[in-house]
Amino acid sequence: MTIAAKANALWEYANPRKFLATSERVLPFFWIGAGLCLVVGLIWGFFFTPDDYKQGSTVKIIYLHVPAALMAINCWIMMLATSLVWLVRRHHVSALAARAAAPIGIVMTLIALATGAIWGQPMWGTWWAWDPRLTSFLILFLFYLGYVALWEAIEDPDTAADLTSVLCLVGSVFAFLSRYAVNFWNQGLHQGASVMRAGAITGTDTEEKVSNIYFYPLLLCIIGFVLLFIALVFYRTGTEIRARRTKALMARERVNG
Amino acid sequence: MIPDLGKYADTVLWSYVVSIGLLIALVGFSVIRGRKVRAEMEKVEQRMSRNG
Repeated sequence: MTIAAKANALWEYANPRKFLATSERVLPFFWIGAGLCLVVGLIWGFFFTPDDYKQGSTVKIIYLHVPAALMAINCWIMMLATSLVWLVRRHHVSALAARAAAPIGIVMTLIALATGAIWGQPMWGTWWAWDPRLTSFLILFLFYLGYVALWEAIEDPDTAADLTSVLCLVGSVFAFLSRYAVNFWNQGLHQGASVMRAGAITGTDTEEKVSNIYFYPLLLCIIGFVLLFIALVFYRTGTEIRARRTKALMARERVNG
Repeated sequence: MIPDLGKYADTVLWSYVVSIGLLIALVGFSVIRGRKVRAEMEKVEQRMSRNG
């Protein structure tokens, strides 16, 4: 099969029936995988890793804070991709997938902000600072809320999908800023990337990196969060497809009397 | 059972309670709404097939 043929085969999943059938088949693997990785990763990190010499036991917050922050940004990027598919190809499943992902993004951003504040209080002496990364994360959170509110406010689903897709494009600036703010503005309390940096992992750069003793359980938690995100997106998109079909059937019923 | 978290015990435990609580709520609400919507769709489909 050529690459073009493979890419075309991907569009088959834009068919709601095909999407539902495939997602129902693969969902159990994602639920089980997510549960296993999260349980093992969190137990490993919480019970079997030592305190950090600087941060004490607060280092254990890393197993929730970092994966949640990572997924908060990646969720918006996934919504950006599906919104672009909607704007260009008008596939309803892609618009519904973006809608289904938004509440997941809200929860991930909320976890990242809450654990960041709880962690920041003893380490920085404050719950909150108007630091570039923290501020861009707060704005990303507000964009998520605005995105969900816009979907709810507009009755016509195609118009709602159009407008929320444009909002998603605008909000992408803050999704990228949340990731790279510390690199752009060399100020603020939040440290730079110390986990997902090639040089930090391989040890080829001179900046401080996360020790392997914390990195392996953290990696497992990150994989768990990714699998949970995929499972939730599949499941919630299926729900959105069914809700849309129910509305269409009820409208047909009304027309037929 | 719980490791000695020293003076930061509250900080660490609150982080876990808040995060795991939010994750459970997200999964719970998603599953409850998913089941409700599926049941509603099946009800409408059955009604429509009965009425032709």
